[in-house]
Amino acid sequence: MRPVPDRTRALRRRAHPLARALGLAALLAAWEALARSEAVPALFLPSPLAVLAAAGHMLRSGELLAHVAASLGRMALGFGLGALGGVAVGLAVGVFSFVEAVGTPLIAATFPIPKIALLPLLILWLGIGEASKVAVIALGVFFPMAINTYTGVRHADPLLLRAAVSFGAGRWSLVRKVMLPSALPTIFAGLRLGAGTALLLLVAAEMIAASSGIGFLVLHAQNLMETTALMVGIVVLSVLGLASHWLLTRLERRAIPWKADA
Amino acid sequence: MKVVVDGVSQTYTDRRGQRVEALAGVTFTVEAEELVAVVGPSGCGKSTLLSLLAGLLAPTSGRVGFEGELPAGRPATAMVFQEFALFPWRTVQGNVEFGLEEAGRAVAERRAIAQRYLELTGLVGFERKYPHELSGGMRQRVGIARALAVDPAVLLMDEPFSALDAQTRQLMQEELLGIWERTRKTIVYVTHNIQEAVWMADRVVVLSRRPGRVLDVVPVELKRPRTEAMLGELAFVQAVERIWGLVKAQARAALLEGAAPAGADEGGQR
Repeated sequence: MRPVPDRTRALRRRAHPLARALGLAALLAAWEALARSEAVPALFLPSPLAVLAAAGHMLRSGELLAHVAASLGRMALGFGLGALGGVAVGLAVGVFSFVEAVGTPLIAATFPIPKIALLPLLILWLGIGEASKVAVIALGVFFPMAINTYTGVRHADPLLLRAAVSFGAGRWSLVRKVMLPSALPTIFAGLRLGAGTALLLLVAAEMIAASSGIGFLVLHAQNLMETTALMVGIVVLSVLGLASHWLLTRLERRAIPWKADA
Repeated sequence: MKVVVDGVSQTYTDRRGQRVEALAGVTFTVEAEELVAVVGPSGCGKSTLLSLLAGLLAPTSGRVGFEGELPAGRPATAMVFQEFALFPWRTVQGNVEFGLEEAGRAVAERRAIAQRYLELTGLVGFERKYPHELSGGMRQRVGIARALAVDPAVLLMDEPFSALDAQTRQLMQEELLGIWERTRKTIVYVTHNIQEAVWMADRVVVLSRRPGRVLDVVPVELKRPRTEAMLGELAFVQAVERIWGLVKAQARAALLEGAAPAGADEGGQR
């Protein structure tokens, strides 16, 4: 008898757990080796260990924490305001046909503006202080949130809406018990998009007009030719990005427990 | 409470802007505590009929209504859906309580009523599960418990078991009949399965293909409670053959029509 061959080999995908760690380690090792060989001046490429040492030093002096706190405060406030406003507007546009008729052209017209271009205008209106930075971040978060919430609400399963209506649900019940939970997955997708945008706008705003924050730290270090401090700023930004992603993933699992493996 | 469908016609405009006649002059009644099945070929407007009864659609012409007293606080109808239509973000308990919430019942009362129907439908121990964690048969039990929990005068069932495999379907039919014996609900049961219709119903309303018309109302002369042994009885076989005789030509015509619009049943509700 000739056994039936397994034809799925081309489809198989393995996990390679070792390779995941190896790639990162190899990059760091190569970077360290290159820096130590002194083929590249330390001014252009400080070694990873030197960056780590500088980070430790800046942490102890309190300088790093002050910058991180300033950035986090702006980001949290801007992100929170933008997300709340975006969800509220997205819901209103999705639920009320009149608001939809008025709102969708407005959003379509203003959405493509790169929000950083509005910073000079916002500084003119709100002053050079915190308000203009928070506002530009809020604007950047507002649009993906509004659009995603609207999309989620409009894509609520008509069968579930009919079922709810058949059990006596009114408009407010439909919004709260069907449309909003239906929209949660797209709302979280919006939050992820918004988090990326918020980080980008934060750094840009701090580079343009600030005396604190990680964006300021990076630009200031460059002016002083302190490349290690500059690198510390970049690493901190990457950690911030990772942390916000991790936080949102945790939050999403809690908020959407009915998704098998969200 | 008696269900009255009197000269009902239903026309809707499809996506291409064409007028489609789903039902044409449908008349029948369902007495209190009666289980009436509605059968017909696909696209005969069976589901449209249920939407009319549930108030999810207004008839183009004719009257749909109820006769007799409706006790205060009880809804006229509740629906069990073919695709279950459970809220994925609610647990089994939450789904069963949905209608009670909308009726404004207090939390403790909701819990107690839901518990009663969870027991009746064999869902005890599954209260905290989400629908995606359940099999199709268990999901439809939730659908049935959700509908029964509001204590409707008339239970509307839209092909409730057609999404289930044949064995599960047989078991669920028996369970439903058991529940019906105990609750004596008036039930309007839509199906395309003639055997199922005859085995469960007191009378079977046979609809023609689109536009749906009542071809005949066939009484089923089988004793209650129904048992599997009755599937071999002469009365059962005769009723099935009589209905199949009515439906066969209709079904064939619907088949040859080819474009027999997928989901034409639902067409009127969109």
